[in-house]
Amino acid sequence: MIDFGYKIQTDRQIDYDANSRRILEFVREGEPSVDWCMSCGTCASACTAAVTTDYSLRRLIILARRGMEKDILDSVFRCRFCGKCFNACPRGVNTRNIVYLMQLAAIKITNHEI
Amino acid sequence: MKFDLFVLPFTLGLIFLLGYLTVKYAVWYFKLEKTDRSKVRKGFFSVRIFSAIKEIFLESLLHRRIFLKNRLLGFMHMSLAFGWFMLIAVGNLESRIYQPAEINPLYVPIFFKFFHANPDAFPLHSVFSFVMDLLLLFVLAGVILALAKRLYSKAYGMKRTTRLMTGDRFALASLWLIFPLRLLAESFTSAVYGGGDFLTASVGSLLGNILPVSSLYYPAWWAYSLSLGVFFTALPFSRYMHIPTEVVLIFSRHLGLAEASKRTSFTDIEINSCSRCGICLDTCQLSFAGGVHNIQSAYQLKAIRYKQIEPKESFNCMMCGRCENVCPVGIDISSIRMITRNELNGRAPDPTFQQQPVAQVHHAEAIYFAGCMTHQTPAIKKAMQSIFTAAGINYWFMDEMGGLCCGRPMMLAGHREQAEIMIEKNRRIIFESGAKTLITSCPICYKVFAKEYNLNIRIMHHTQYLLELANARLIRLEPLAGNAVYHDPCELSRDIRIYEEPRKLISKMVKLIPGDYEKDNTLCCGNSLANFSAANEIRLSVARDAFEKLTAQGAQYLVTSCPMCKKAFEKVADVPVKDIAELVSRSMHKDQPHTITANRKKEPSAALVIH
Amino acid sequence: MKSIAIIGGGVAGLEAAAKLSRIGHAVTIIEKSDQLGGRLNQWHALFPARKPSGPLLARLKNHVAEGVNVVVNAYITGVEKNDDGFAIKINNNRMITANALLLTTGFDIFEAERKEEYGYGIYENVITSVELERTFQSGKSLLTAQGKTPARIGFIHCVGSRDEKVGNLHCSKVCCVTAVKQAIEVKEMLPSAEVFLFYMDLRMFGRHFEELYKEAQFKHGIQFIRARLSEAFENPDGSLQIRIEDTLLAKPLKMNLDMMILMVGIQPQKKSGNLIDMLELDRDTDGFLLQEDQYTYPFKTKIRGLFCAGGITGPKTIEETLIEARAVAAEINSFLGHKESYTGQEQFVMEL
Repeated sequence: MIDFGYKIQTDRQIDYDANSRRILEFVREGEPSVDWCMSCGTCASACTAAVTTDYSLRRLIILARRGMEKDILDSVFRCRFCGKCFNACPRGVNTRNIVYLMQLAAIKITNHEI
Repeated sequence: MKFDLFVLPFTLGLIFLLGYLTVKYAVWYFKLEKTDRSKVRKGFFSVRIFSAIKEIFLESLLHRRIFLKNRLLGFMHMSLAFGWFMLIAVGNLESRIYQPAEINPLYVPIFFKFFHANPDAFPLHSVFSFVMDLLLLFVLAGVILALAKRLYSKAYGMKRTTRLMTGDRFALASLWLIFPLRLLAESFTSAVYGGGDFLTASVGSLLGNILPVSSLYYPAWWAYSLSLGVFFTALPFSRYMHIPTEVVLIFSRHLGLAEASKRTSFTDIEINSCSRCGICLDTCQLSFAGGVHNIQSAYQLKAIRYKQIEPKESFNCMMCGRCENVCPVGIDISSIRMITRNELNGRAPDPTFQQQPVAQVHHAEAIYFAGCMTHQTPAIKKAMQSIFTAAGINYWFMDEMGGLCCGRPMMLAGHREQAEIMIEKNRRIIFESGAKTLITSCPICYKVFAKEYNLNIRIMHHTQYLLELANARLIRLEPLAGNAVYHDPCELSRDIRIYEEPRKLISKMVKLIPGDYEKDNTLCCGNSLANFSAANEIRLSVARDAFEKLTAQGAQYLVTSCPMCKKAFEKVADVPVKDIAELVSRSMHKDQPHTITANRKKEPSAALVIH
Repeated sequence: MKSIAIIGGGVAGLEAAAKLSRIGHAVTIIEKSDQLGGRLNQWHALFPARKPSGPLLARLKNHVAEGVNVVVNAYITGVEKNDDGFAIKINNNRMITANALLLTTGFDIFEAERKEEYGYGIYENVITSVELERTFQSGKSLLTAQGKTPARIGFIHCVGSRDEKVGNLHCSKVCCVTAVKQAIEVKEMLPSAEVFLFYMDLRMFGRHFEELYKEAQFKHGIQFIRARLSEAFENPDGSLQIRIEDTLLAKPLKMNLDMMILMVGIQPQKKSGNLIDMLELDRDTDGFLLQEDQYTYPFKTKIRGLFCAGGITGPKTIEETLIEARAVAAEINSFLGHKESYTGQEQFVMEL
């Protein structure tokens, strides 16, 4: 290896094959409607938590689909379960259940249960 | 001392049962918190004991609440419970009078006719004979009715009956066999030795003609004893645990015990008091409107008791309270469900949650808390704001920016501790603002403010507040045309019971049509935040069914006082759905053109005419 | 010579009438409103080239001016079919007979009040695309409710379409290109205004639509933000504040708008009192009239001799509606000349 004096960041790309989609599979098993999401962002528009945090359910679902677990674990616990996203979703996705299950999956991963 | 081998199954069964119950109840007692234990000790020797005994008599024996639901059902339960109790009581009396000097073992009253087949002359012998036969007939009537109910429950006012698990079926079978076997045993004895009265003697002589009774009568007593023994042994593990535990529950309630936010022995007592009678099944809207039949309270309590909880099922409940309302034992189902949800939660709360709910605290006399949902029904929000302004109220619209939540949905998710952190932050803001009154237009928020926030200020739902404003003539209400039906939101009913103020307020404006599903009997709109699992179609079915039932007598519009209900009914309604605030705003500005479009000239287009 | 009754005097009805009349049949148009032209009356300029609608409307009306019998302000109160054909009762007192019947009753527009969170009818500066088009027709300048010239206008796509919450799952097809067209027209009217389009997808499906999109961005500086609005808030001065997630950046975004234009969708006509349901014709899962087979028999219904065309079978552009009208005219002509075999229900009676 030649030392050019700097390090290249290799983790900029989403390495789709290396990522595990276990969170998505866990959520999908308990709430199949997660597959209906078209990432329109209405949930994020309605979200109470989005007013003061960077929480976004739309983003969480895409992260789950890509298998980017660390990003999910960092932000999934901000939801207040207020239900506005459920009211807003045009596809009829059962949003709160997805967040609940995602949080459960996150806990299980942290505890090495799955 | 009178003894025969056949009494052993009964005696051993009874000893086992009494031993098991003693140990179990003692364990529960000692697991109680210190304060609760002292409540029990103090109350036990107070007058409250008498009210407990009264309720035990009225409910555990006579099943008064079940009578109120359906007479046949009530009679069935009563005849089994009260009849059996009387059989034991009178039987004991009978044997005490008959042999006052001797030691009277437990089993003698039960098997009295075996040990004293021949009628000796003893005081009131014929009376006892008659009464015991009458009581046996009474109980047998109950057994027959119970059998019939398994075949045709609709006659008992029950569309659905509880699906039983195997263990329960076993206990059920042995229970049902007890009294027919007693009848057989006593009848055979009467046929062989004489004695008995109108029932046992006649059955005995009938059977004596066709069966070899002299060889059958001893096995019959064995069978009777066995069925009793089996029943007693199975009882603590089956639904019939409710028989003794309900008594304990009634005592505990009268002595001041209640459910808390964590599981206690009282929770165990309640869970074991559920007899799975199934009365809760028919009231559940998810059952009759949604086609979901595995999540009702009878099944949930069973799952909790036997530790077979499925989170998907536990969360598939709208927590509307309809089942709780009809439970004949008065089990605090909502609290138990919440405790279960809390136990399913596996995460530690985050203290930084909802860190900065509002940018700045305003000082005002009153706080208006619209609630998250109201932002999605801006007609309510705008109506409230215009009413406040018209009445000249110094108010602060606390969640105008929409960044905070009352905390109740978090509680319903089972994350109680996280909710408490949110509540604490909100409380500080409310306190800081110096407001004396908190008005909310969302019943979900109202419930948590009233019950969990421990605020020393007046908490009002907007229906109450608007009525107050009207009565104080701070706003003027003109009558509007049309008639309406009012929907009691489930969050304001049963537990909270705000029924009169909305009705008084609406009646000042329109003609209110009463309905069948009102007040305590109100229906949930289906949009409950407590239900996480139900799919949209099920919620829509619940909403549609509720709407049809509400407007069965015809109404020109439906008035709600909850933004979730408004949204739910709008999807399925064929009449306009309005919140009370909108009605009030309209009534206040009746003579003006609808304020919104007053500035903009809007001519209807011919092509837009919908016939 | 055979006779045809056409229920619905909009674009499809007029063009089909003209074609059938030219062939030599006797045609009667039955129209419930007081004028012909249907929804075309509400258009100022047609996408994508922004041709004025006037000439087309005039042409359609002229072609039925002679030779076609027109009845306006007519409500259907009964329809009967026997071996000869159809007998249609109008306004309870007049009878029209025909050998074939064509339904071109069109569609409804989504009622924006149903999407309460957008504030139509509640906030002052929220209008629909239909109302905006009428402003263009009037020649007047676009003003806020306060009478000022708006400095920033936002268009919200998919209002009442692709939305499970209002019961319309389908895409209304034409609103995306309409939004781009109207955005350009607003910009030409108010060059210094900022115009934003808030979309989920941009369905630029037709010829020159994509070029229109590019023109909107390049020539007029119109901004496209991929976001769907949940609810709008009103500021004390009557302007609106919206909070969305800029999905392409994955960040929350808030902005103030002086006016909001709701792109209301096309929806099937309501069930109560509708001819489709009174004739006991079937509706497809999306609520529009069910076509027997979209490839082989797009204009047939289950009643023999009863045809359909135009907006009644779903959202369409005016171009497509005209094409369908001409095609169904040929189809009806074929039917009347017994050129092909047509199956279907033979007799029925409907009375109001």
